Amino acid sequence: MEFIGEKLLQVVIALAIFAAVIGLIMLLVDRAPKSVKDKVTVAGFLAPAAILMLVGLVYPAIRTSMLAFTDASGNGNGFDNFVWMFTQPEALTTLRNTVIWTVLVPLLSTSFGLAYAVFIDKARGERVLKSLVFMPMAISFVGAGIIWKLVYDYRGPNIEQTGVINFFRDALGMDPKQFLLDAPENTIFLIIVMVWIQTGFAMVILSAAIKGVPVELIEAARLDGANAWQQFRNVTVPGIRGALVVVLTTITIATLKVFDIVRTMTAGNYDTSVVANEMYTQAFRAGEPGRGAALALILFLMVLPIVVYNARVLRKQREIH
Amino acid sequence: MTATPAPKEASKATRQRPGSDPTEDAQPIMRRVKTKLTSKWATAAAIIIAVVWSVPTFGLFVTSFRPAAKQVGPRSNGWWNAFVDWDFTFKNYADVLTPAGSQSANLSQYFVNSIAIVIPVTIFVLVLASMAAYVFAWGKFKGRDALFIFVFALQIIPLQMALIPLLQFFTQTLQLPAGSYAQLWIAHTMFGLPLGIFLLHNFISEIPGEVIEAARVDGAGHSTIFWRIILPLSVPALASLAIFQFLWVWNDLLVALVFSGGTADVAPITQRLAEISGTRGARDYLNPAAAFVSIIVPLLVFFGLQRYFVRGLLSGGLKG
Repeated sequence: MEFIGEKLLQVVIALAIFAAVIGLIMLLVDRAPKSVKDKVTVAGFLAPAAILMLVGLVYPAIRTSMLAFTDASGNGNGFDNFVWMFTQPEALTTLRNTVIWTVLVPLLSTSFGLAYAVFIDKARGERVLKSLVFMPMAISFVGAGIIWKLVYDYRGPNIEQTGVINFFRDALGMDPKQFLLDAPENTIFLIIVMVWIQTGFAMVILSAAIKGVPVELIEAARLDGANAWQQFRNVTVPGIRGALVVVLTTITIATLKVFDIVRTMTAGNYDTSVVANEMYTQAFRAGEPGRGAALALILFLMVLPIVVYNARVLRKQREIH
Repeated sequence: MTATPAPKEASKATRQRPGSDPTEDAQPIMRRVKTKLTSKWATAAAIIIAVVWSVPTFGLFVTSFRPAAKQVGPRSNGWWNAFVDWDFTFKNYADVLTPAGSQSANLSQYFVNSIAIVIPVTIFVLVLASMAAYVFAWGKFKGRDALFIFVFALQIIPLQMALIPLLQFFTQTLQLPAGSYAQLWIAHTMFGLPLGIFLLHNFISEIPGEVIEAARVDGAGHSTIFWRIILPLSVPALASLAIFQFLWVWNDLLVALVFSGGTADVAPITQRLAEISGTRGARDYLNPAAAFVSIIVPLLVFFGLQRYFVRGLLSGGLKG
């Protein structure tokens, strides 16, 4: 176990360096002459984060955008990478799959999460029931991939099935199915895994929002003779609109970037690849960084409208304050 | 608001509580009766969903304790059979955790790597993000709000866009040694900052201004205010961000694949797991135990600190 000591030492050294840097900043801020004190404070407190974000996000984003217009050896090739993306059948499949993912995952996760939040509201054992559905949030995509392989497991006909679903198909007299191999529906079976992970997130946020809807409003609707569905549609849903937008946005962004599930379960084979996975394959496996960068740029353009919308909401909030 | 209740239910309510004033008690009782009826089906549906949601994880848990012959090969069968013919073993766990058991899936080193990666990153992000959040909330400088919105918008840059140039920057410009934790620490910290600043800012900006003003009157400088007042008051927000950051970094695969170099010296447990689950082989029966080793830490963090976690989700989520 001697490797632990060596690794621990690296961690301690890193933390010590970090503490020294922060201590130095604090010292500078405190010792600054009064006339520039406020400016030095802002600079000192902001600089470490700002530098890291510039180097880690802003600069790479600009570089990648430029890289998208070069070929494998780094020479400019105009829009060739984008032409490749929108003409090659495999690349088109990747784009199609990404669209299916981003439509289905937010929609299904949010509906399940909302339904569940409504069902368990004030039910007995609410906390335990919530924990069970929320639990997949804590599990890595890789772990989830392995978990779901056990669910989708396939063995040839006439052998005892080891996968849960095929066991039930067997019991019902249906042929076993190769869930991860048969395109195009295998994409749906991967999507189910993501829905399984994200539903808990949607449920927790929406459940809190539902509890925030004024009781008097629901009461009034009930007294006016609205049934459960009408109460839900006309009072609860408008009351939690803000939370619904947040949940849909967050899950959509997470889905666009989804990578690990596909990577672990099919590695993008059998027509299941998505943009994020294909980007990794092209840039780091196939030696085509230009194509990878082009795919990343497309990903960015797909997320952009969502964030612009949210930034505008945020700006409005800050103007009110 | 004072619409008349449906006559039928009102009379039912009076019948149940003959002594009480019907106009006062009709509504609460009616509500209770109604929710009881509707919630029975709703609760049943909720329980079914909860079971469906838990079965996959439970299946993994059971499988991880099943002997190799029951998992793969001609005599294997589904994990639910383990309850019919009782047959459990700890051998899989012994095999994946000790070097002697198996060289192909020895996880203990990777497990230590995951811990060595996640702890510094969490501390770095918490300190740097709270410093920046403090300045965005209470500092005064030109373009503060515009800059803050820009930081918020950085959340959208897909990691995929940052990876190639950042890798070049690390190896060529900074000459960071390959196969050390440094690349992973720095990369994860960079990627964690925008959301961290955003979440903490929401909390820190709501600290009452009088507290800070009072400290300033007493002669406290910015660094004193930050360490002695802001951080202690922000503990709930810091706790939830810490849990978040911990889970993200622990569960990450993409950053690890690009920056770790893939050796047992540095690579985290998710990366090892992805490797061994990607290759079908004779040691497949070790995958469930390996997977469970990798998810036990986040599960413990999750169940142990669930309260802060949910609060953190809400403070960031609902306001954003």
